[in-house]
Amino acid sequence: MRLERRTHTPLYIVVLAPLIAVLAALILAAGLIVAAGVNPLTAYGEMLRGALGSRLSITEMLTRATPLIFTGLAAAVAFRAKLWNIGGEGQFFMGALVTAWIGHSLGVPGWLGVPMLLLASMAAGAALLAGPAFLRLRFGVDEVVTTLLLNFIVLLFVGLMIEGPLRDPLAFGWPSSVPVDNAFRLPDLVPRTRLHIGFIFAVIAAATVWLVLSRTVFGAETRAAGLNADAAAFAGISLPRTIMGVALLSGALAGLAGSVEVMGVTAGVTTTMSPGFGYAGIVVAMLAALHPAGVVAAAIFVATVFVGADAMSRATGVPSFIADVIVALCLLTMIVALLFTTYRVRR
Amino acid sequence: MTKVLELRGITKRFGALTANDDISLELQPGEILALLGENGAGKTTLMNILFGHYAADEGSVHVFGQKLPPGVPRKAIEAGVGMVHQHFTLAGNLSVLENVMLGSEPLRRIKSARAEARAKLLKIAERFGLPIDPEAKISALSVGERQRVEILKALYRDARILILDEPTAVLARPEAQRLFETLRDMTKEGLSLIFISHKLREVMTADRVAVLRGGKLVAERNTADTSPAELAELMVGRKVERPTRADHRTGAPVMSAVGVSIKRGEETRLDDVNFTVHEGEILGIVGVSGNGQAALGALLSGLVQPSSGELRLRGADASALGPRGMIRAGVGRVPEDRHAEGVVGELSVWENAVLERLKTPQFSKNGFVRQRESREYAERLIERFDIRGASADTRARLLSGGNMQKLILGRVLSNEPSFVLANQPTRGLDEGAIASVHTELLAAREKGAAILLISEELEEAVALSDRIQAIVKGRLSAPIEAKDANPQRLGLMMAGAWDEDAHAT
Amino acid sequence: MTEAIDLLFNTSLWAAVLRIATPLIFGVLGALLCERAGVLNLGIEGIMTMGAMTGWLAVYLGLPLWLGLVVAASSGAVMGLLHATLTVPLGLSQHVSGLGITLFASALAAYLYRLIVEVGDLPPTIEPFRPIDVPFLSDIPILGPVLFGQAAPTYVALAAVIVVAYMLARTPVGLAIRMTGENPHAVEAQGLNPIRIRIGAVVAGSALMAVGGSFLTMAAFDSFFPGMVQGRGWICIALVVFASWRPGKALLGALLFAFFDAYQLRLQTVVDGVPYQLFLMAPYVLSILALIFVARRAEVPASLMVPYRRGER
Repeated sequence: MRLERRTHTPLYIVVLAPLIAVLAALILAAGLIVAAGVNPLTAYGEMLRGALGSRLSITEMLTRATPLIFTGLAAAVAFRAKLWNIGGEGQFFMGALVTAWIGHSLGVPGWLGVPMLLLASMAAGAALLAGPAFLRLRFGVDEVVTTLLLNFIVLLFVGLMIEGPLRDPLAFGWPSSVPVDNAFRLPDLVPRTRLHIGFIFAVIAAATVWLVLSRTVFGAETRAAGLNADAAAFAGISLPRTIMGVALLSGALAGLAGSVEVMGVTAGVTTTMSPGFGYAGIVVAMLAALHPAGVVAAAIFVATVFVGADAMSRATGVPSFIADVIVALCLLTMIVALLFTTYRVRR
Repeated sequence: MTKVLELRGITKRFGALTANDDISLELQPGEILALLGENGAGKTTLMNILFGHYAADEGSVHVFGQKLPPGVPRKAIEAGVGMVHQHFTLAGNLSVLENVMLGSEPLRRIKSARAEARAKLLKIAERFGLPIDPEAKISALSVGERQRVEILKALYRDARILILDEPTAVLARPEAQRLFETLRDMTKEGLSLIFISHKLREVMTADRVAVLRGGKLVAERNTADTSPAELAELMVGRKVERPTRADHRTGAPVMSAVGVSIKRGEETRLDDVNFTVHEGEILGIVGVSGNGQAALGALLSGLVQPSSGELRLRGADASALGPRGMIRAGVGRVPEDRHAEGVVGELSVWENAVLERLKTPQFSKNGFVRQRESREYAERLIERFDIRGASADTRARLLSGGNMQKLILGRVLSNEPSFVLANQPTRGLDEGAIASVHTELLAAREKGAAILLISEELEEAVALSDRIQAIVKGRLSAPIEAKDANPQRLGLMMAGAWDEDAHAT
Repeated sequence: MTEAIDLLFNTSLWAAVLRIATPLIFGVLGALLCERAGVLNLGIEGIMTMGAMTGWLAVYLGLPLWLGLVVAASSGAVMGLLHATLTVPLGLSQHVSGLGITLFASALAAYLYRLIVEVGDLPPTIEPFRPIDVPFLSDIPILGPVLFGQAAPTYVALAAVIVVAYMLARTPVGLAIRMTGENPHAVEAQGLNPIRIRIGAVVAGSALMAVGGSFLTMAAFDSFFPGMVQGRGWICIALVVFASWRPGKALLGALLFAFFDAYQLRLQTVVDGVPYQLFLMAPYVLSILALIFVARRAEVPASLMVPYRRGER
């Protein structure tokens, strides 16, 4: 038995691949649910109900999907260029922190302040990834390790800030940063729910990224550099500029995730505000096969798992960590499924 | 006499391609068999099946009467088959001894028997006249020495049958002659040999020649009963006329190098190189692979800048233009390795066609790619350069070698370049494709382009070039006129023996 | 200031260095083994978490401590096999697969822990490895408690350095592993199977990583909680580069790193007015600096992260 490259990949295989991957992951996770003494069908039913069963649960799920779309786009853009940005979590927090910091006392009206804060968070996220990108280009330091380590550094920095200079004196319990001014809270998309127009921002971001990647010179250069760096360099594409450009875009997208989450949901920053949005973004990007439109769908799926698992856990007693297990399994099954979109098994 | 090796009805398919079609071959003890064929005829595939790298779809391999299990190199080695790969299978960071020893000891052994292995290696090296330093790092060895290590690896495992894949591709002529003498001596020690080649002159040194064409065994001849002319016809099958160069006057200098050296760390990749290419002229750079062609190619592609000296394009300094600057200045570049540098395989034909000039107004506007114009452009290239099996949206990696090269040539030549770098433009192509590449290069010369052709194929260089320089260890000889070039003189030049006085002028 | 220097002469500091270094030594050896065979294993963070959980759980459920180590190693081997299967015969991206393994193993460890263990207000504990008191030797001033008063797995870690170093340099298996990391085609041409060698190295390396993780719950501490590995895996990946893929230098790197970690912990108590987070950042910042410091000089195995597919050139 060996693998042979396909000369042509039928469209149905491209579409089926993520669906089969998800199904496989759910079947594998079913074993763990059985181990908890619960019928997996019951559990998955509860999950669906918890995430999609009511208007409120759907809005809750979409609220959760919003930052995932941004971090998923961040990973997808970077991975397209073979820039291994695993620092989405850190860039998320940087974006969040900058937003709360500036947004707490920015004396401008909302229509002006919100774009300013979005831009500031983009700059913060971009700056955070520019460092590792520079180290790779200048010294050949692997960005996987540097971006991962930066996640820990940033989280400690956030802790330092919200226990020190940015501490919210009114917050009780866990330390929190000062909140953004009410003028910069994003309006609700659906009244009396937590779903805010940040979700629309995320969809617009996905469309923009799609446009950039597929229609612009920068997008073409990014894809060429990611697929064959030597050929791209030979054709006169500047690899350092492309990599740096991708880094800025990717970091900015992850920074936006934090900003939108603060302005839309939490108002202040806590060290526990992200259940791993940055890391889950990698799964989202892979499930989407790095396609921006797929990112929106994949983010909604991952959010469904997370939101649904909480409800399911309350109803059945299966530990809610099952959500993380399912999402991680999806990543593994998806990369296998992707393999079979470019290869097929012979004999 | 009993045969030492027998291939019975070997068939191997890769997807739609049948690389080997029902091939049967025998090898007699002490015999040297040459396997002759064009690029893509299936020679290497056949030998890889024999050695167990691939498993055949049909047929079987028998060594000393025993059937080999398919797809297990270890069994082939144990049966006495040794293979010298064209792309050496050596680890550069490890020593000669380590490279040779690997796989010869049971993995469970708790301590390598280095001293014994060293003694055995030195004994074999002595016996076959292949001197080597067992402790030397592979990366410090010359290409010829590396090939020696490849051969020693096989002999160390007591190979009785040696397969050599294009063994002279990396050797200068004197070295190649010495290799064949060594091989002949080996047969006296009882070894039997198969070597793969596409060079007619070389295969005549064997006892017998088997000719492959299009995956089929088309003929077997004793060298005593055949001639290079007959073999050429058998190999190519149809008569393909390569185009010939018509004499004409050349014009003003276009590209020249003045004392260019390129150093990387301790290593000197180009050493005080001088050349000038004129309008309507093809300057051939001949040499054995690995003598600085890659650095020269990188220099003229804009990927590397001179450490000293200057590159001049129409009198202006072109040393620091970079790839994009070169393209803008009207330099067309055909890279050495189509797959690695020429195209992005996973992108479409049209994206590859415009890749070099994405930022020009012809193909983009306000940062957006003009997709319709780009596709139309690609379709024109496909038609004009006869790129077969492709539409504008085909992924480039699906093109055959010849058609991929036509795409690259098209991208370069449709731009009306004043200077063209053609780096090994026909490597790995079949006769038909070679002829069309030659036609295009000569047509560009006709139109007044200055062309620098880097080639390891003497025949090609002589046929196309107006003048020829040899490259040896990063140095260039003085140019000679093509009409003065004969195989002996070129052979000497490529071995480094040229008139140093002439070089100075 | 003098207090900061006094700390350096404190025996407990130097004892802590070896203790803190132990999981790193296992981890960095494991990562080194994988990478010398040509496979980057970013699953390390999750594999260490898995080892921390399974080793602890085995003891919690009644097995002796030593068998706990075996259980941890086995769980790591299983995760390693998963990573190896995805990246070696299937040739998938080692980056993505490794991250997937980390996410999966971390999540699975947390899930199984919650499933099996009743967690009240305080996490349940086990009786961990205690420092051994080697008679007489541990009475030697300063040197005694540092070198002869450690928990048993620390000595295993030091022995593992020697074993791995010897294995790589002097045995046929070691040569095969090194060669596979340099040029798998050469391995195949010599009649060995580079795919099997890579799988073997990744499985063995992952087992070592998991043992490193288990030290956290079975010696340094006595209970498990999700996220307790705290980036130690990533630091090991950085240390392998710092060590130029050599076991001896890897030990040195782990000790150096552990020294700074132990020192910053103690420094916190004597330096006022500096937020403790700055001290906690130091190890991560240090790792990045170390990478910059050795970058370009490092002798990377030539085929690291290059997938090997038979019959594809």
